[in-house]
Amino acid sequence: MEIPYTVNTRADTGLNNVKLGIWLFLASEVMLFGGLFSSYVLLRVGAEPGTWPLGAEILSIPLATFNTIVLIASSVTMVMAWASLKLGNLGKYKLYMGSTVALALVFLVVKAFEYADKFSHHLYPSESTFLGIYFLITGLHGLHIVGGVIVNSYFLFPGVKMWHTAPERFTNRIEAAGLYWHFVDLVWIFLFPVLYLL
Amino acid sequence: MDNVTTAGHAEHEHELGFWQKYFFSQDHKVIGIQYTITALVFLLFGFLLMMIMRWQLAYPGQPIPVIGGLMGDANAPGGIMLPEFYNQLGAMHGTIMVFLGVVPLAVGGFGNFVVPLQIGAPDMAFPKLNMASYWVFLVGGLVMFASFFAPGGAANSGWTSYVPLSVIATQGQTWWLIGMTFLITSSLLGAINFIVTMVQLRAPGLTWMRLPFFVWTQLVTAFLLLLAFPPLEAAAFLQLMDRVAGTSFFLPSGLVVSGQALEVSGGGSALLWQHLFWFLAHPEVYVLILPAMGITAEIIACNTRKPLWGYRPMVYSVVFLGFMSFIVWAHHMFLTGMGTMISAFFQTTTMIISIPSVIILSALFISLYGASMRFTTPMLFALAFLPMFGIGGLTGLPLGLAAADIHLHDTLYVIGHFHYVVAPGTIFALFAGIYHWFPKATGRKMNEVLGKIHFWGSLVCMNGVFMPMMIQGLAGMNRRMYDGGIGYEHVQDVLHWNTMMSFSAWGLGLFQVFFIINFFMSIRRGEKTNDNPWEATTLEWETPSPPPHGNFLSPPEVHRGPYEYSVPGAATDFTPQGQRS
Repeated sequence: MEIPYTVNTRADTGLNNVKLGIWLFLASEVMLFGGLFSSYVLLRVGAEPGTWPLGAEILSIPLATFNTIVLIASSVTMVMAWASLKLGNLGKYKLYMGSTVALALVFLVVKAFEYADKFSHHLYPSESTFLGIYFLITGLHGLHIVGGVIVNSYFLFPGVKMWHTAPERFTNRIEAAGLYWHFVDLVWIFLFPVLYLL
Repeated sequence: MDNVTTAGHAEHEHELGFWQKYFFSQDHKVIGIQYTITALVFLLFGFLLMMIMRWQLAYPGQPIPVIGGLMGDANAPGGIMLPEFYNQLGAMHGTIMVFLGVVPLAVGGFGNFVVPLQIGAPDMAFPKLNMASYWVFLVGGLVMFASFFAPGGAANSGWTSYVPLSVIATQGQTWWLIGMTFLITSSLLGAINFIVTMVQLRAPGLTWMRLPFFVWTQLVTAFLLLLAFPPLEAAAFLQLMDRVAGTSFFLPSGLVVSGQALEVSGGGSALLWQHLFWFLAHPEVYVLILPAMGITAEIIACNTRKPLWGYRPMVYSVVFLGFMSFIVWAHHMFLTGMGTMISAFFQTTTMIISIPSVIILSALFISLYGASMRFTTPMLFALAFLPMFGIGGLTGLPLGLAAADIHLHDTLYVIGHFHYVVAPGTIFALFAGIYHWFPKATGRKMNEVLGKIHFWGSLVCMNGVFMPMMIQGLAGMNRRMYDGGIGYEHVQDVLHWNTMMSFSAWGLGLFQVFFIINFFMSIRRGEKTNDNPWEATTLEWETPSPPPHGNFLSPPEVHRGPYEYSVPGAATDFTPQGQRS
């Protein structure tokens, strides 16, 4: 017997295994970042009045805005990569997937400069609870970006050979990777106003 | 497309090498057995820690006999246990029993082995992920174990790791947090795999209301693990930052340690940790108990030769339990000063969540009515589960009432309460499951005589350990007292129980020897059985014992509900789910 519904959808659920799996994974990720955002709210509400700094006074809004645009652009190229596979165009897929990885790397480089700038001004996590939670949430988000880069690079280089043997299954994999990538973007969309603007 | 999956599969059916077959296997049955054996070893280890602690409680300040010299001068100079070492043993006993023993056995072991068979699936939905969750679990377990050898020893702030104590504790706490992160990751991978398997891989005809109750409990458990564990992972990261990067998420301003003001930025909240911890740890209680209820239901239906009474209410109850378990966590925190309004809310939800538990337990009791039972070893364990879990559950009610909790909080009454739920409750159900499904895994039965000695001995000893805790707790004796309470004047009248409890604990250890001997002896020498030795109805009994790779000889189809026992007019007193009408 074989494991069914690895590619085709099951009639009564309307899903294949991978899609259900990735949505469940994202649900757990929502709880992970939800826990951290809730902690942020509780720590900020519980802080002595006047001690919680405004994000804009410490952090660089222009750099973060630039990074927001980079991430949204990478989401668009990710969708285009998947759509190219749906249209059977492997060349375009490689182009768009390559762009997604490149944009993610741009994001990480900008983030590294931001961190370095903070450290050079002796702004470490131990300095204040605000900086602590800033480094923790952005650091964890950064790790998620790194994870996405690794997965997407795999699908760009060694993993792409599945296209020639099982194109539909490969397309499903890219869709799942895309759902993850959009989620990581979405975390940043929450994180940017909460930490930098409010 | 199909060519690829077939090719992948054919590759799988080659003669696999020894390592691939028994160690890096992707077969859910092998992984289930790996989980079972690893978890049993950890259960034994966690129990050994407790047996050492019980010496100190019964004979405080006296050298531990025989093994006292083995513990090192840093822990027990001259064989006399130091308070710091007692704290390590206590924290690690809780951690190991819950996160490395019971949950891996109930979910990783039984869930892995039984669920795909019961739903007629060839394997789990993601076999490689399944293998990964076992190995990540093992790494987490080994990190926890290794932490005993860290400078200052293992974590010593209790299994709850309350802050700020745990932030200023020795290095073992950092190991604890890292080990915990591995364990959480493992159960997340497992939970995703379980849910996808149960939703997607059910055999044709196996509708939701035809699922065995055990599968329902595993489904709800998987959702609890999926959604409740990540906030603890977040909390573990926060605490790790506090310990490693010098932040003060959990350290309030002006904290003084050993007469010295702590040099941190301050402004943190100690309550935050408790909220995040119990947001996981209360659903975790249901992770511990739901699979046990499922195993008990399977065994009771089979050995009473009757359908379960109230299958549908039981299913609705278990789903409702799952939902409610997310909004009761702060009943662990009535004494933190979080306010009476919040206490009133959590007290109300706590009373509500007891209703579905009582429904399930009542349905199982009523299922026994009028049955001509088979008193096999698995059935004895399953029957004992009912009153033992009943005692555990009912003693929980006073703890859920904010006013009564003022007296009972942090006393041995709490310890007695949850041990009744988990030890003679869940662990008895897990033993029942091992005796019940052993023939499926090996093709041989476990020995009945040894099994019955194991059962009666364990039943008497378990009650000998935990019932006196209720008495001591009601008298006001605090938990986590390394001297067994001799320094407390108001508990002098109940101290004499300590000796009896300790001897019960050691006796309990002795009776487990019968289980260990039985387990290993039966693998080779047990009585050979056919594919369906208990004459049960669910799908796992319609395949050879042990099942081949891919589980079923031909794709199963389901034509009826899970518990069609003693159907009037049927040829036998059991009608398998796969039998056409």
